[in-house]
Amino acid sequence: MSAALDLITRVRGVRGAMLVSADDGIVVAEQLMEGIKGGAVAALAASLAGRLRRAMEAAGTGTSVFWHLQAEQGALLVVPDGNSSVAGGGGILVVAVAEPDVNIGLVRLELLRVAETVV
Amino acid sequence: MADDIRALSAQLAQDPQSLVFLRLGEALRRKGQLDAALRVAMNGLERHPHLADAHDLYARILTDKRDYERAFDEWDMAVRIAPNHTGALKGLAFLYFKVGDLAQAESHLEAARQVEPDDPSIDQAIAMMRGGVSPPAPEPSVDSPTVASPTVGALDEARVFAGLEGANEGLLLIDGAGRVLGGALRDRAGADVTDAVAAYLAGVSQEAARTAKLLGLGAWNGLSAEGQQGNVHLGHPTPEALLLVVRERGMPLGRLAILAHRATAMARRWLERGT
Repeated sequence: MSAALDLITRVRGVRGAMLVSADDGIVVAEQLMEGIKGGAVAALAASLAGRLRRAMEAAGTGTSVFWHLQAEQGALLVVPDGNSSVAGGGGILVVAVAEPDVNIGLVRLELLRVAETVV
Repeated sequence: MADDIRALSAQLAQDPQSLVFLRLGEALRRKGQLDAALRVAMNGLERHPHLADAHDLYARILTDKRDYERAFDEWDMAVRIAPNHTGALKGLAFLYFKVGDLAQAESHLEAARQVEPDDPSIDQAIAMMRGGVSPPAPEPSVDSPTVASPTVGALDEARVFAGLEGANEGLLLIDGAGRVLGGALRDRAGADVTDAVAAYLAGVSQEAARTAKLLGLGAWNGLSAEGQQGNVHLGHPTPEALLLVVRERGMPLGRLAILAHRATAMARRWLERGT
């Protein structure tokens, strides 16, 4: 799992990467720069992912395959694996924390690649 | 009707910036007070020159006054501002029929039908036109808050996104408690899912803010999500309110973010006007 996270953290501008249990928001694996509170971020990311999944299903767009929270000084990028699309499905969220000038497209590709390997 | 006009006039006097002029102008037009209606519409247009509905109202009044040339210009402007404005499309169809350009008339009615496939008046107009009978001059829809809602004031929810690309679909503005402030959503089957989506999104704004703060990322600006059948973008016009923009998967996330940015700015202005 550490090798999988390496794929993400080697992208320039990524400050950390995590695998998070989608159901309970617990960290499964992490590679984070100092100062990032992995446990709390994992819990909030899982909660946001759950709300977003339900809202998107209701809106008819299907479950999310990638989402991206943009902020003034950085971004949180998340790819839910296939099992995360079902409540209680025991899925994993692949999460990256990045600087504001990161190449979003590149991080997205690596997140998707990791999501495939951890299923 | 006279009471309505008095009440609407009072509302407009109290808040000259409000969109109540649309209902007042239409009420005056229906009562046959065309000069008064024209004044109301022109004053409204001066304050809201980019509002397609204002041009549509003005065009309807001009049509009643048989000033077809200027009516054409106004409906043409309305369609330039909001290409899916069915009132303006029907108005242009009516005027094209008047000058004998049946192909253009039918083309505009077809365009209106694509936007509102369930509107029977469009099918009737096409049938009448094909039968050689002039389609009726366009009237605002009976469901339109412009004429039907008794509570429409400055916060006229149907007008929040007027003039925005795709303003009639896939835009939802809610408050922090998940209550709908404007817009509406339908799923792929056409079912109204506004309330369900609003309920699920309640609290997302605060949660996103907490997450960004915890990560030391500062204030959050937006959240883009790519779905299996569509893409969405969430913005927050105010710290509490949340704006959801939903589009087909074919619209790239970057373009969706630009559209959402515009919609968020419009929603912010609209919310500020109402407070």
